[in-house]
Amino acid sequence: MIQEAAKKEVMDRLRKEILAAEGLQRPTYEPRLHLGLQALEMAFPDQTFPTGCIHEFISPDTERAAATTGFIAALLSHIAVQKGPCVWVSRQHRIFAPALLSFGLQPDQVIFINPDKDKDLLWTTEQALKCSSLTAVIADVQELDLTASRRLQLAVEQSRVTGFLHRHNPRTMGHTACVARWQVQSLCSEATAVPGLGFPRWQVNLLKVRNGRPGSWIVDWTADQFRITEPVPETITREEAYTYTKVAQA
Amino acid sequence: MSRYLAIWFPYLVPDRLARRKPALRKQSFVTSLPERGRLVIQSASAQAVLSGIKPGMILADARAIYPDLITIDHDPKLPERLLTILAEWCLRFTPIAATDLPDGLILDISGCTHLWGGESSYLKEIIKRLSKGGYHVHAAIADTVGAAWALSRYEQNGTIIEKDKQKDALICLPVSALRLPVNISDRLYQLGLTTIGGLLAIPRQGLKKRFGQELLTRIDQALGMLSEPIKPVCPAPVFQERLYCLEPVCTAKAITIGLQQLLASLCSRLVKEKKGLRKAVLTCYRIDNKVQQIEIGTHRAARDTAHLFRLFENKIANIAPGLGIELFVLDAPVTDPLDVQQESLWMDAGMEQNRAITQLLDRIGGRLGPNAIQRYLPAEHHWPERSYMPAATLSERPAIPWPKGLSRPVYVLPRPEPIKVSVPIPDYPPMLFIYNGVVHNIKKADGPERIEREWWIDKGLQRDYYCVEDTTGKRYWLFRSGHYDSAHAPDWFIHGFFA
Repeated sequence: MIQEAAKKEVMDRLRKEILAAEGLQRPTYEPRLHLGLQALEMAFPDQTFPTGCIHEFISPDTERAAATTGFIAALLSHIAVQKGPCVWVSRQHRIFAPALLSFGLQPDQVIFINPDKDKDLLWTTEQALKCSSLTAVIADVQELDLTASRRLQLAVEQSRVTGFLHRHNPRTMGHTACVARWQVQSLCSEATAVPGLGFPRWQVNLLKVRNGRPGSWIVDWTADQFRITEPVPETITREEAYTYTKVAQA
Repeated sequence: MSRYLAIWFPYLVPDRLARRKPALRKQSFVTSLPERGRLVIQSASAQAVLSGIKPGMILADARAIYPDLITIDHDPKLPERLLTILAEWCLRFTPIAATDLPDGLILDISGCTHLWGGESSYLKEIIKRLSKGGYHVHAAIADTVGAAWALSRYEQNGTIIEKDKQKDALICLPVSALRLPVNISDRLYQLGLTTIGGLLAIPRQGLKKRFGQELLTRIDQALGMLSEPIKPVCPAPVFQERLYCLEPVCTAKAITIGLQQLLASLCSRLVKEKKGLRKAVLTCYRIDNKVQQIEIGTHRAARDTAHLFRLFENKIANIAPGLGIELFVLDAPVTDPLDVQQESLWMDAGMEQNRAITQLLDRIGGRLGPNAIQRYLPAEHHWPERSYMPAATLSERPAIPWPKGLSRPVYVLPRPEPIKVSVPIPDYPPMLFIYNGVVHNIKKADGPERIEREWWIDKGLQRDYYCVEDTTGKRYWLFRSGHYDSAHAPDWFIHGFFA
């Protein structure tokens, strides 16, 4: 029995060391972040939504891009409560700033940067990710290769800024150095007694997560917090993720 | 012994207006201001004065004399602004120049005139240059401010009075040349004391008893028995640093070193003056007489050498040194006050964070251009396109709270796009709509939310917005433009995508 306990301790220590080596270390001074998404948070190492690293979101069409943007804004509102402003780097002027309020994010807390060229977009994103005074950086990048994502990941390891890369309709989906790859799409809202639209409901797919368990969940955004409605039992497999890639390419 | 030069601009405001609008030259025009329910002429052009129109007249009377009179609104602050600019311009002739409201300048020219070869050529030069600029000028030189003032107004243009001769020159001038208040000079005229000479013949005690101390003071000031201080203008300091190269330089390294030296000296000057720069321009003069310029801007007053250098660093590559650069000039054309205390407060109270963000945005703005960075504040409009506005500064807080409880989409189209719809009954949300060739069957809908067009800004139809959800759960923001009462069915548009 004592041996078992000792073994478990060693295993835990080694796991933590591996996480630290992969840039996923959570400094002890940072309070644990609670999204109110128990089941979803369990998918991550250390059962915590990882901040201070890069998340990648994939969306094939405008509708799903809007759903993804909403989900990112909702995540941001949980992260950005204590800290400073966020930077949103995008080449398209699509975001309607007043709408961010409905996701609990003060629109004037967000600085929008609109570069003209893809090259400038990545440069701006990297510069912003290096600035530790920001809470988060959201970038609408289309193409991202391993080298570029590695650069961005290295930038956040110093600054502990959380990066969200929203890849709208990417041509290729190779490996990247991002900690997690997400895909969000909207679902029919819950039928209520009152006619009309219910709360936004998304199917959140975690296609890849480093040292975690990929999965799929149905999440409602109830005006100011997340709510997991029902767990989707079957987790998305790697194969499905790639079939999706092909659909996106087609 | 001091020498003073007084300049009188009899048509200060009209001359300025004619300078701005050459069409007004040689025209009869006046500037007027409402006073007690009527328009009173404040200044009149030389041409207007010739036809008998004077400042102080009522505009309606002037129109009776000259029906084609052109009228321009009078700006009461203009003369002071103008005189300050002119006084600053005069600093090339003397270090001490003062404005003399409402229509003159006083220059202390002691020890300056020999540089122009004597007082008469000095005076001629000033008159010539001001006249060339389109101003009517009367100027005179004397030992005292009072005498120079009187001679510039009541003697020939360009009068110069020798040392200690002001008394002889003033004797035959009218009493109003003493800069007296209107009530005193009027009384003097009523008593038959028309000239200064007549006034000087009267015992001082009597004058003081009847007219007060002010008259005596003015007489003494004009004659030089009492000194009269003037308040010289202080031009805004120019933040400029220069660096001459012994040998022309043409490498990036050399430019870097030069720039660092210039920045260090500029920043130490800024610290002394308690200022920070908002814009800086580096000008490189090449030996082939060409000029290369790079400039940077900051979001907040800055005087941190390292930060400013980083902003310049990216742009050094844009300088084409050619055969070599022989002179670097670093200018800070725009500066803001920045206290030492303010700077240290930043460090202490967690404002270091703000500083890092400003520096980041300076760098990004330097590369992408200032328009690439936007932050939005709520605007008091319901019309969606106008419901937010860009913030002027980074620290600006919203003046009104963001409107709550409105359902607005996260994505909006740059301009609404037409869609085809099928609607069961007017004023109902559509059953289906076709956008980009795809049919969307609508399952749930909210609305309509009517948003009226702001008629004082633009004309057009109102919009009835619907939030709709199709069978797959995708949400759209649609609107109908106008009513169903007209001959043809109103147009439908898609305007945004909900999350």
